[in-house]
Amino acid sequence: MSDGGATVPNRRGRSMRRIGRHAWDVLAVPVVSIILALLVGAVVILATSILVPGTKLDATLLGLPLRAYGALFCGSAGSPLPSFHLLIVTGPLVGCSGGSWDGFIETFVQATPLILAGLGVGLGFKAGLFNIGAQGQFLLGALGAVWIGSSLGTGPVIVAIVLALIAGALVGAFWAGIAGFLKATSGAHEVVTTIMLNYVALAMLSWLASGPLHQPGSPQPVTTDVGDAALPILFGPDGHVGIFIALVAVPIVWFFLFRTTKGFEIRAVGANPEASRYAGIRPKVLTVLTMAIAGGLAGLAGAVNLLGISHQMPASFSTTVGFDAITVALLGRSNPWGILPAALLLGAMRAGAALMQIQAGVPAELVDVVQAIILLFLVANSLLRKLPGLRGARSGLGTTDTMTGSYGSETA
Amino acid sequence: MTTAGPPTLALEMRGITKRYPGVVANDGIDLDLRRGEIHALLGENGAGKTTLMNVLYGLATPDAGEILINGEAVRIAGPSDAIARGICMVHQHFMLVPVLSVTENIVLGAETMANPIFLDRREAERRIVALAERFGFQIDPDAKVGTLSVGQQQRVEILKALYRETRILVLDEPTAVLTPQETEEIFALLRRLASGGQSIIFISHKLYEVLEIADRITVIRRGRVVGTRLPSETTEDDLAELMVGREVQLTVDRGDSHPAGPTLVVSGLQARDDRGHETVKGVDLEVRAGEIVGIAGVAGNGQDELVEAIIGLRTPTKGTVRLGDRDVTGWSPRRLNESGVGYVPADRHRFGLILSFPLYDNLVLTSYYRPPFAKGFLRQDDAIVTAAEASIEKYDIRTPSASVTVGTLSGGNQQKVVVAREFDRDLRLLILDQPTRGLDVGSIEFIHRRIIAQRDAGAAVLLVSAELDEVLEMSDRIGVMFGGRIVALRDGRTADKNEIGLLMATGGRTSTGGSAVPA
Repeated sequence: MSDGGATVPNRRGRSMRRIGRHAWDVLAVPVVSIILALLVGAVVILATSILVPGTKLDATLLGLPLRAYGALFCGSAGSPLPSFHLLIVTGPLVGCSGGSWDGFIETFVQATPLILAGLGVGLGFKAGLFNIGAQGQFLLGALGAVWIGSSLGTGPVIVAIVLALIAGALVGAFWAGIAGFLKATSGAHEVVTTIMLNYVALAMLSWLASGPLHQPGSPQPVTTDVGDAALPILFGPDGHVGIFIALVAVPIVWFFLFRTTKGFEIRAVGANPEASRYAGIRPKVLTVLTMAIAGGLAGLAGAVNLLGISHQMPASFSTTVGFDAITVALLGRSNPWGILPAALLLGAMRAGAALMQIQAGVPAELVDVVQAIILLFLVANSLLRKLPGLRGARSGLGTTDTMTGSYGSETA
Repeated sequence: MTTAGPPTLALEMRGITKRYPGVVANDGIDLDLRRGEIHALLGENGAGKTTLMNVLYGLATPDAGEILINGEAVRIAGPSDAIARGICMVHQHFMLVPVLSVTENIVLGAETMANPIFLDRREAERRIVALAERFGFQIDPDAKVGTLSVGQQQRVEILKALYRETRILVLDEPTAVLTPQETEEIFALLRRLASGGQSIIFISHKLYEVLEIADRITVIRRGRVVGTRLPSETTEDDLAELMVGREVQLTVDRGDSHPAGPTLVVSGLQARDDRGHETVKGVDLEVRAGEIVGIAGVAGNGQDELVEAIIGLRTPTKGTVRLGDRDVTGWSPRRLNESGVGYVPADRHRFGLILSFPLYDNLVLTSYYRPPFAKGFLRQDDAIVTAAEASIEKYDIRTPSASVTVGTLSGGNQQKVVVAREFDRDLRLLILDQPTRGLDVGSIEFIHRRIIAQRDAGAAVLLVSAELDEVLEMSDRIGVMFGGRIVALRDGRTADKNEIGLLMATGGRTSTGGSAVPA
């Protein structure tokens, strides 16, 4: 019994199992949410196809969801490597052809603003703040970048880019800081104020695009071009350098949250505001600061996206990045290292949606449906956790349980 | 159906085993309850009392063992099934709706209907009043529960059980919130219930109470029954040793105090609670270096607000707080902390700990920003973990490692984390609000020793507790707080328990009237 040689590997086996168990508890809710959302998406594909007059319910139709998801995958991953063919069973059905990296790069291009804005929303969650205003912060960040980028004269390109990016981040920080200030001074809830500020941001876009920042000579309400401040394209049609800004932001935000005293304060206030107050942390100051950093990240997302892709903004500019960032933050449990894969997943779906529409004839909007269902499963995770094997699983939401959870989640 | 047990047994639990991942909460527990018996269940926190009662109440399914009610084996599927079988539980935290009347609370879930739509309120009221009279007390069925005293609310809870024709009544630490007088009243009621044939399981960790009220005492330790005793054949010391598994010193010998000059001087302090009511109405108080001043009082007489106003969590509306010769009124908790003030809050889950954080982060909750735990804005994780491991050793915190989430520790160990953080430095003033609430005797002994060590090292100690015994045992001087004021000060050596209990309940006024109980 007490023979050391026999028990040591045994114990190691047990501790490996414990680590595996822990990993599953953390990953179960996001992973199961994604799988179930894809299944529900498949049902939606079938149901909407059957509704089209003249459609026959046959094997071809039943294979449609597989073809659609196969095309979605091909469109997002491209087929840069032959091994990618092996990964997908549906490969022969859709014929992932090509050999270009374009889809793969597009995934990262699409994920870039989601990573940055998702980091911002996740940071807010960590502090117990539900920042719904990433959308407005993103728009104003883009406008800030346009303003600085287009008003700089000739000079070194790098200076123009850096100044435009900083402007975007600062404007976003200011915009979210308003909501933080209102919360700290009057208790106005950030959910309400940030939603309202989203509308103000939209209105400012149409005013600026047709007024102060209007592109001279253009018949359309569109802003001036950022000129020199445009981000260099490194790969493919639009693989701009901003991808690296987003990838570098992940470890930086992680380091800030988990290795600095301010990050500790943010997490402490989010986890227990009253104990934090006793610990000498000033929750009001921290609320403003956290909102400003979160808004800065969302503003940076807007600036990077604009400087990297469109270079100017029409008044009708429309995006869902700010709201998708909420899904990203929830899917990634508000942890930067979780937000990265979550943003890549959503980015991949955006990147592959076009190919899915072309090859399988399934509307690109299916991606929105799947994404929305992922969010529903995440938020209603107390139902998921009743499934066998998921009982020990942690809620997918991290510290946001208190806001998105209700009495229903207490019974788990 | 079977005649497995003699008919005098209302309940038999045989070989109940319940495993949770990593722990055996109940390990083959046998417990029987005779008809008309008050059977006390004694054990430290985490010994398995709650699990056993959850099994009985259908909240947990046992891995092994069986339950017999009146000699008949049963499977209890859930609380409603338990209630249908005549088992009722009165929780430590009352399950009452404050804005509803006594009648409404009692019939909730067991409504007597006049017709399919309307309640037969009159019939319900009649039954409630009759029940109360039968057991020798009066209750106004129309009174809103929120306006009743804690003792009266407890009677409503018991009436709720009687109304459901319960035969097995489980009381979870029923006296934790009562004054000594209210405790006597509830004991009298329980005795009447038992003599009427009611079987009662009485869960407690107060040894003298168990000796006073129980017909038999079963002690549980680490999921096993370690002994069953008759009160006439045992002593407090014997029970404590059974409970803890080693000899325990129940009353810490606090020795003589050698007070020096005043450290904390509170004058004319007034403060409001969260709802804006003035609950501290002019408190004058002095605590000298090297003495323990205890504040006795029924919970809700302004003690929490007084302490929070001193420690900087609440802004006083009037009055001053002085630390030595400095006016520290309105100082922030951090500034006071840096001036040598330690604080153990009444609710460790609210102010004391961040339950979702690892143990080592909780130990630096008030010092995370200074060296050696931070260099500039960077956390020094190595220093934080090393210090945590030293504290775990020194304060005997039972934990698998320094990185476990504090919320997973037992209450006693959680409190030791707070104590380790607040005590482990040079203190001028130590403020303790209910420092041992909900803890087992082993942890209480440990914390009491630490408090006395701080006093002897020259700290001024202010101890607020709703446990009168704790105040009597620990304090060199005793103040009684009632209605937001300190209504009496007594010497700790000569204080009389009954007098203090009376002062707690009435504030020292001869005519008690309706104002005896604070709203």
